[in-house]
Amino acid sequence: MAAARHRQLWGVFAGPLVWFAHFLASYVTVAVWCARFTSDGGLGAARWALAALTLAAVAGELLIAWRGFKAHRHGFAIDPVHDEATSEERRRFLAFATWLLAGLSLTATVYVALPLWLLTRCG
Amino acid sequence: MNDASTGSDEERAAQESRLVAAWRPPRGWRYFSEVNNNSVGLWYILTALCFFLFGGLLAAVMRAQLAVPENELVSASRYAQLFTLHGSVMMFLFAVPIFEALAIQILPQMTGARDLPFPRLSAFGYWCYAIGGVFVCGSIFFDVAPQGGWFMYPPLSTRWQPDLGADVWLLGLSFIEIATLAAAIELIVGVLKCRAPGMRIHLMPLYAWYMLVVAGMIVFAFPPLIVGDVMLELERAFDWPFFDARRGGDPLLWQHLFWIFGHPEVYVIFLPAIALVAMIVPTFAHAPMIGYTWIVLAAVGTGFLSFGLWVHHMFTTGLPRLSLAFFSGASLAVAIPSAVQIFCFIATVLVGRFVASVPMLFVAGALAVFVLGGLTGVMVAMVPFNFQAHDSYFIVAHLHYVLFGGMVLPVLAGIYYYLPLVAGRRLGERAGRRAFWLIFGGFNLAFLPMHLSGLLGMPRRVYTYRADIGLDELNLISTVGAAVLALGFAVFLVDLWLSLRRGGVSPRDPWRAGTLEWLPRLPLHPWGLRSVPQVDTRYPLWDRPALREEVDAGRWYLPDAEEGRRETLLTGAIDAEPLHCLRVGGPSFLPLAAAVFTGGAFILATFHAWTMSAVCAALALIVVVAWLWTGTARPPEKPAKHVGRGLVLPLYAAGTGAPGWWGMCITMLADASAFAALVFGYFYYWTIDEGFLDRAVQGTGAGCAGAAAAAMLGAWASVLCAARVNRHGHAGRGRLLLGMAALGSAIAAGCALAVPASAGLAPAAHVYDAMVWLVAGWIALHVAVGLLMVLYCLARSAARLLTPVYDADLRNTALYWHFALGQGLAALAMLALFPANA
Repeated sequence: MAAARHRQLWGVFAGPLVWFAHFLASYVTVAVWCARFTSDGGLGAARWALAALTLAAVAGELLIAWRGFKAHRHGFAIDPVHDEATSEERRRFLAFATWLLAGLSLTATVYVALPLWLLTRCG
Repeated sequence: MNDASTGSDEERAAQESRLVAAWRPPRGWRYFSEVNNNSVGLWYILTALCFFLFGGLLAAVMRAQLAVPENELVSASRYAQLFTLHGSVMMFLFAVPIFEALAIQILPQMTGARDLPFPRLSAFGYWCYAIGGVFVCGSIFFDVAPQGGWFMYPPLSTRWQPDLGADVWLLGLSFIEIATLAAAIELIVGVLKCRAPGMRIHLMPLYAWYMLVVAGMIVFAFPPLIVGDVMLELERAFDWPFFDARRGGDPLLWQHLFWIFGHPEVYVIFLPAIALVAMIVPTFAHAPMIGYTWIVLAAVGTGFLSFGLWVHHMFTTGLPRLSLAFFSGASLAVAIPSAVQIFCFIATVLVGRFVASVPMLFVAGALAVFVLGGLTGVMVAMVPFNFQAHDSYFIVAHLHYVLFGGMVLPVLAGIYYYLPLVAGRRLGERAGRRAFWLIFGGFNLAFLPMHLSGLLGMPRRVYTYRADIGLDELNLISTVGAAVLALGFAVFLVDLWLSLRRGGVSPRDPWRAGTLEWLPRLPLHPWGLRSVPQVDTRYPLWDRPALREEVDAGRWYLPDAEEGRRETLLTGAIDAEPLHCLRVGGPSFLPLAAAVFTGGAFILATFHAWTMSAVCAALALIVVVAWLWTGTARPPEKPAKHVGRGLVLPLYAAGTGAPGWWGMCITMLADASAFAALVFGYFYYWTIDEGFLDRAVQGTGAGCAGAAAAAMLGAWASVLCAARVNRHGHAGRGRLLLGMAALGSAIAAGCALAVPASAGLAPAAHVYDAMVWLVAGWIALHVAVGLLMVLYCLARSAARLLTPVYDADLRNTALYWHFALGQGLAALAMLALFPANA
């Protein structure tokens, strides 16, 4: 019971954690590739690896957002205020927060990944 | 007797007198042994305001110097001291501490707690802050203040400034950073475990959400800076070449470590101030906050995104363009949650019945100024524009708009709003309006022209400028603005002084607010609420008008202090169901003594008085052990007690139910963040590879690393078995196993240090050697801390203070060893296997 509750609280942070993992992986990949592996100053395979990673992150965030959205609308809840003193409302609130944060993380992931379209070189 | 709802008037009076006795602050000089959040919070607020004034005076001298071109009021080096100290004081001694101060003061009132879970830790943090702050500020009077700017970049701060200044900065502020971490741990556990029964996570005040996020950010953001401080001080004191490019180091690593801290720090400052706004706006709109969940989104989202912004302070350092673009993207994305909360505030004001007031005036000013700072922030997040504006007065203007609008004005609003709660007095309405317009007008007059002087090419941190380059008028206007701003603060301070001396006593709940902090009688008693109510809405005072009478009559929980002890309720982290009755620490000089000796250890190290510093560190350790021994996890005289309304709660918590366990978990997270910074440094040196690989392939004592790993595993297993057999009633066997763990950890510490020693690495020779020594020292230090904890448990068990039933210390020690083992094995594997065999 308590474990399930804690799991749901952690779920709130799932979207931002995916964003952070994607962000860190992008930064580290480019830093290491450009410092140690590139021979001609180009991004080469690193660019494609990051594109694949971005797709995976976006898919993960969409999944988290969808699951959050479903749980937030669960039952008869149509009012997103979620301020009744019940466990169902707490669940819906956390699901709503999960959904919103996954949406924000998705946007931020796209912002961070956009330069991959435009830049092909390190320098 | 225990169910107050049936008590007579006499019985209630007797209960109240027992509460008064339990929570009464000591008198006379013993007052400074007080640890209750109301006293410590007040000291903290007053001290932070003093440092704010000091930092403001430094700025006033700078503006006087810049009023006219080619001025000689202060010398270039004195000017460098002024701007370094101004930035450092405002960031480290005002902006972050004032948030902790206010949180320590008002958070327990908001969540219906009698105190924070570790009041003595709060007091320790306060004394560390006061001692470290006076030390850092005092340095300017002896002409030894730091001169390297508030971000202290090497090699300026290493090769070119060999005087004491940078040491004062590094050691004085590191000491305060540790206190900040202590406060963050306190606040997280306070928010999660000390809420009124029924205050579920979706009903808690928005302020608590913000505190949770900000304290979490501190836990991850501050440790990298502490690691950076240690590295920079090791270079300055012992010539370990972490930032010396001639021996494989790189000054840019300092910039990474500093800004991994420094950018989240901006939001660590901004979010608590906005948290105050989130409490003030609904009160004066007389309506619940619109978009509660959206504000939670904004707080959590900003908290995360702020960790992806650090390189935007480093756009001109020559990193790969794609890397810059990642950070530019994240810097633009963070504008989204920042804006969400502002729209929620505006919406709340629009739908409510708005009442004009001085706090709202400051809030309105804050939002206007912050939005301007945010917009220039979006401009400087653009890499090409940033190249142009970098290190110019445009940046000075931008950062002051962000910090003044995002922090100073909301804090002033908060002081006007919360003074009745803190001091039982209200500030003047008319004086408040005058102060606002002077401060708001003066600020804009001072800082708006700086955008222009920056774009015209005036660099920041120059002590003067030539007369014929078109900067004269703009600078004079800025100085006049600064004078008006200072006048505004003078009006505020005079009003504050007069109100505290002879202002009208505030009525109860003077603003007709809806949240729990306005429930108690004013002036506030140290215990806060007469009894702790069940809370089932976000705005209990609006939704349940009868609550005040019920609470005052002692009809709710903890209406009494039968045993004369200070107590508060521990509740579940998610649904706030009552779990334990927590006995919190009472007045003690031990936190003060611990802070004095810790301060001595840091301050004496500044002067390289190593022996005295080590003596102080040892004394600090002894005092901390005495503090833990006498004040924590003591078996209670009875297993449980009635807390009112027929509820019986246990008096002792161990494992996941105990606040100490949560505190340990959070400390481990902070420690993991510091370790991540170390690993980052290690791999960073590998990527730049100025001789790193050549040194590394010669090999690092792999045999010693294996031995250290084996000894650590042995110690860890022994601690775990000790905890298990002790719980099953075999205290003697538990002690035997603890003895084995102590032996194993001593061997592990020695073997860890033998890793670099056996390979003949000389830390001053090359950064690889220095890094291996640092990581090995890190492992040894952690194992040594584990050893101390094991010895402590051994002594507690022998003294029958740790028993099979009351075993919180041992469980926390086991938790620590899980962490120490994981970290130690990872570190040893890194040293032994990478990059030698890569």
